[in-house]
Amino acid sequence: MLTVDHLKKYFGDVKAVDDVSLEIKGGEIVSLVGSNGAGKTTLVNLISGYLMPDSGRIVFDDSNITYASMYKRIKMGIGRSFQIMSLFDNATVLDNVRIPLFSRYEMIRKGLLPADRYTDIKNEAFDILDLFSISDKDYLSPKDLSEGDGKVLDVAIAFSLKSKLLLLDEPTSGVATGDKFNVMDTIVSALRNENISAIVIEHDMDIVADYSDRVLAMHEGKIIAEGKPNEIMQDRNVRSILFGIGEQNVSGN
Amino acid sequence: MKVDLERTILRPKVIIYLAIIVVLLFLPRFLSTFNLILFEYGLTFAIVALGFNLLFGYTGLLSFGHGAYFTAGAYGVAMMAKYFPELYSMEILIPGALFVSFIMSAIFGFLCVRHTKIFFAILALALSMLVYALVFKFYHITGGSDGLYVKIPRMFGMTFEGVRRPQFLSGVYYYFLLSIFVLTCITMKGIVNSPFGKALQAVRDNEIRAELIGIRVRRYRLYAFILSGMFTGLGGALWTFINGQVTPDVSHWVFSGEIVYMTLLGGFAIFEGPIIGAIIFTFLKLYAMGSTEYWMFIIGATLIILVLLLPTGIAGGVKSLTDIIRGKRLFSGGASHVNR
Repeated sequence: MLTVDHLKKYFGDVKAVDDVSLEIKGGEIVSLVGSNGAGKTTLVNLISGYLMPDSGRIVFDDSNITYASMYKRIKMGIGRSFQIMSLFDNATVLDNVRIPLFSRYEMIRKGLLPADRYTDIKNEAFDILDLFSISDKDYLSPKDLSEGDGKVLDVAIAFSLKSKLLLLDEPTSGVATGDKFNVMDTIVSALRNENISAIVIEHDMDIVADYSDRVLAMHEGKIIAEGKPNEIMQDRNVRSILFGIGEQNVSGN
Repeated sequence: MKVDLERTILRPKVIIYLAIIVVLLFLPRFLSTFNLILFEYGLTFAIVALGFNLLFGYTGLLSFGHGAYFTAGAYGVAMMAKYFPELYSMEILIPGALFVSFIMSAIFGFLCVRHTKIFFAILALALSMLVYALVFKFYHITGGSDGLYVKIPRMFGMTFEGVRRPQFLSGVYYYFLLSIFVLTCITMKGIVNSPFGKALQAVRDNEIRAELIGIRVRRYRLYAFILSGMFTGLGGALWTFINGQVTPDVSHWVFSGEIVYMTLLGGFAIFEGPIIGAIIFTFLKLYAMGSTEYWMFIIGATLIILVLLLPTGIAGGVKSLTDIIRGKRLFSGGASHVNR
């Protein structure tokens, strides 16, 4: 459903994304691993339309979206969540999901009644919150959620747009270690349930191993390895680059 | 159906509102003409502040130039009086004022919403000072610093020949103003509770995420700007009939600052805040002016106390007080889950 072809993005001399090609199939959850500065977030920004590439091609559902606006990509079904939580802090948890639903159904333009009157939207919002196991916190402010629930809500917002492909930038960063697996369980089961594809940027190798169908390893803007989680973990070359284990020594920090 | 009735008419808030409207209907019997007219000034500024707060409190854009749209409404009416006396009738003047302020806020808004924060505030201020300069300098058209006289208009076929202004203001006009005010409140409440209003609040809270859920941020900011300008223009038009004269200082940034002040005084985070702020400000300013020549000191001191002690304004203060009395039922909205 998503094909990326020889994509390049340079920031001056820094080759953030250097000739990357990849393919994501429907319903597939792919992890993107790599050290800091490997170009993972830039790649996600290029796919979501937050940045425009220097060259290359991005094809989604048979249409070329290389230079399409972010708005168009959202309408086509590419959603994303953020590394640093990005929520509507002064709205309730319910409204955080309800506003994207209003947007998706074009009701921001057309809906003239008070928001509460649209009970079908409210019910759908609750269904989504149910799916992500936070429907009992609907009336809370996002500020009162735990870090884990906040991350889940962030994904739920992207999910509520009926995205076919979700780009999740470190969904477990900032979440307490003991809670990480719960958060991922919730998110991944929701995705599997609706057969949604996802590209997940993740640092925690245990999570990568447990939840992804396929792993892409990036280094200095290039994809250096690709395969099943256990294959990638055992790849000496990848290990040496990602963790500095093996021939190379850990340098500096 | 019975449940519906309980949820709409019998809610405590609705009962309080109805009680307030009843009190307002009988207000001319209790207040002296002087205080009643002052209260009418307060009501027009309440409409202005509600309009301003759609942009400030709900969309997160602080405009220091709302005097310009007030001027559009006020001078719209005054120019009609001067150039089209045969059309000088309330049912034409109000839509006319709305139209003029629509045009002006659409043009200025288009320029302003490209920016946010301080850049937005200063650009809005600069544009309003442009209006000030034009109104001030085009003496032959606008009357310059003398302004324009505004006579009492015809209303729905009624003429007020020989009626003195205080008499007009404490009679028909009060009820007209009151009904427009109630309509404004209902419309504004509808706007902020609609999906559109929710989208504006999403834009205010998190611009980038709002864009990413498919909200056209700049476009909705413009819509909010235009609506805000139109309500301000409506307030300006209604104000001219009370004041009897329009002068260029309503387009000066000091006047725009007063609109900001009223909104802060009442509390921008609560729907009713700007209304309370506008009415209190009107009385505060006039009684301060009447009692001391250092009235600006009183206004300034109030602002300092406000910012330091009541950043959420009077309405915000009252709300947190009632929350404390009720034992902090802060998240009473939880019932919505049960009712769905």
